[in-house]
Amino acid sequence: MAERKIVDAKNTFCPGPLMELIANMKQAEVGDELVVLSTDEGSANDIPEWINKVGHEVLETSEEDGVWSIVVKKTK
Amino acid sequence: MSDKISIMLISGKREQLQMAAMVASVGAVSGNDVTVFLSMNAMQFFTKGNEVKAEADGPIGTLLEEKNAPGFMELFQSAVELGDAKIFPCSMAVDILGLTQDGLEEFVSEPLGLTKFLDDASEGQVWTF
Repeated sequence: MAERKIVDAKNTFCPGPLMELIANMKQAEVGDELVVLSTDEGSANDIPEWINKVGHEVLETSEEDGVWSIVVKKTK
Repeated sequence: MSDKISIMLISGKREQLQMAAMVASVGAVSGNDVTVFLSMNAMQFFTKGNEVKAEADGPIGTLLEEKNAPGFMELFQSAVELGDAKIFPCSMAVDILGLTQDGLEEFVSEPLGLTKFLDDASEGQVWTF
């Protein structure tokens, strides 16, 4: 299974978590999975929008105690 | 689908700077061709060694700082580095402030005249802040 890298973007606001994810995506290999953690609900909604727009894959979204966890796969 | 986004940023207020930086960064990393034209009171923040902080225009501006929102300069830098946005200082503002390109932040491109910006902005979305 591909490596899952945690991108801890808690305690910042939109578009901070998205930018942190993208910076990490640039360094990732195709097929890698990244988990972005965000305490900002706006980002939790916006990140899947971005992933779909640019053509990567959202594998899973969950929330626990105010922390959203979005698992994405780099597909290209 | 990619689009062309032209942003004219002239305000020195934190809210406008922040919103422009958000549009530029999110627009650029989503595959759009983003151009930012800086002029008037927005220019000073893009000079090297700038210590002037952007004043808040209202309560949200104050909260942006208190709540650790990403700073607008950081977002503009991400727009350039992650999304290939271009940030051009207005050549008039550069002249009036007595600046050279060496005095501007590294991620800012060479000064651009209004005629060229208007020509570039003739297609696609145009935003002003």
